[in-house]
Amino acid sequence: MIRVELPSHLRTLAKVDGEVQLDVQGQVTLRSVLDALEARYPMLRGTIRDQVSGQRRPFLRFFACGEDLSHESPDAPLPDAVVSGAEPLLVLGAIAGG
Amino acid sequence: MSGVRVLVGTRKGAFILTADAKREQWEVSGPHFAGWELYHIKGSPADPNRLYASQSSGWFGQIIQRSDDGGKTWLQPGTPPGEPTSTPEGMPLAESNKFVYDTSAETGKPLTTHQFYDGTPHPWEFKRVWHLEPSLTDPDTVYAGVEDAALFRSTDGGQTWQELAGLRGHGTGSSWQPGAGGMCLHSIILDPSDPARIFIAISAAGAFRTDDAGKTWQPINRGLHSLYIPNPTAEVGHCVHHIAMSPSRPGVLFMQKHWDVLRSDDAGDSWHEISGNLPTDFGFVIDVHAHEPETIYVVPIKSDSEHYVPDGKLRVYRSRTGGNEWEALTKGLPQKDCYVNVLRDAMAVDSLDSCGVYFGTTGGQVYASADAGDSWAPIVRDLPAVLSVEVQVLK
Repeated sequence: MIRVELPSHLRTLAKVDGEVQLDVQGQVTLRSVLDALEARYPMLRGTIRDQVSGQRRPFLRFFACGEDLSHESPDAPLPDAVVSGAEPLLVLGAIAGG
Repeated sequence: MSGVRVLVGTRKGAFILTADAKREQWEVSGPHFAGWELYHIKGSPADPNRLYASQSSGWFGQIIQRSDDGGKTWLQPGTPPGEPTSTPEGMPLAESNKFVYDTSAETGKPLTTHQFYDGTPHPWEFKRVWHLEPSLTDPDTVYAGVEDAALFRSTDGGQTWQELAGLRGHGTGSSWQPGAGGMCLHSIILDPSDPARIFIAISAAGAFRTDDAGKTWQPINRGLHSLYIPNPTAEVGHCVHHIAMSPSRPGVLFMQKHWDVLRSDDAGDSWHEISGNLPTDFGFVIDVHAHEPETIYVVPIKSDSEHYVPDGKLRVYRSRTGGNEWEALTKGLPQKDCYVNVLRDAMAVDSLDSCGVYFGTTGGQVYASADAGDSWAPIVRDLPAVLSVEVQVLK
């Protein structure tokens, strides 16, 4: 079970409270987790990745296990702790402003 | 008894204000979509319970919301074609809406760049929907004016959107440049006397018209004079802030440009200035009385570098002569220490016998007049900065 923490605006949009838990088939990567997230919550399509290019939206970042994964390949395996469900994948809004 | 519903978009959500036809006692609902920017909300003239809303965020992008019950409940209408309408858990199966520029040779000239602020070619990038204009006759048809400037249409209630690519591809698109607020298509006027005729305006390209339902377009900027561009009378490049037309007299258009207030009596083929005795002819909003097509409203703003009302006084100016002769309307509006702006889509008129006029400010006030501007009262005083105001008359 993969755990994903979404920013509050996206939790509202997806009508979920707290963490999202997803079953991901095959290798656990940023792409496969986001694919599973968008399949289960289609209202999130386009809000994290551009619908056409598939690129991460510029003001969002991905973190897990204290590491910034925003600039990693979307097909790189996620850390074991995320795969095992010990740690969540964090989707964070970048802070623009004070 | 009839009543009115005022749809207010703000920097931090949407608000719906309702009253009976006296327009004295108001109920306020909201914030809807709290924390998001609501550039525009507008109801369908063909079905007043059908509302469309543009919800956007610099972080999460563009979402289109639709209500089929006058704003009580909302849904994202982007259900993918052929797929189920809900998840196994019963949640609505909707997606954030796709606005994909059409670069195909069949439907529009492939056009991939416009001019950036510094004159260099810059790729066309979708940012947000500024204005939603529902069809006059079909609740499922709605137009969207977007940044970077383009016009989209949905004929399935906002589920899918197709660009009317003839606008960007008509010839001057590669020379369009953004204004200070971005390169946005912010005004859409549908002609009630001719379903094939649409007027639009873009900052900072100018005004355009189609006479064949959006296939082909022409610039309609003759008579505009803009000192801040290299050629003051260029075919395109003018920072048109808003255009307005009375449905009772199609073809007569009014324009608030960056500087200058203008009118056209020939559907935009030519324009002439009607600023007359205005204290300043910089501003954003312009609107026309619902029953008197020569009565128009503007809110003068001090200058392009000082975006607030002059002299600390919030004054709507009204002309009953189609321009040039203007009177200040001040009753009920603050006349000292006021430094708000009124943005381009933040004024509307209702069609009750005594025409109501409404506007919202960057200070979060929404003012209403039930007597065509003679007197004003705030409906609410402390909303987030107001981006847009529309009004519906309910039977």
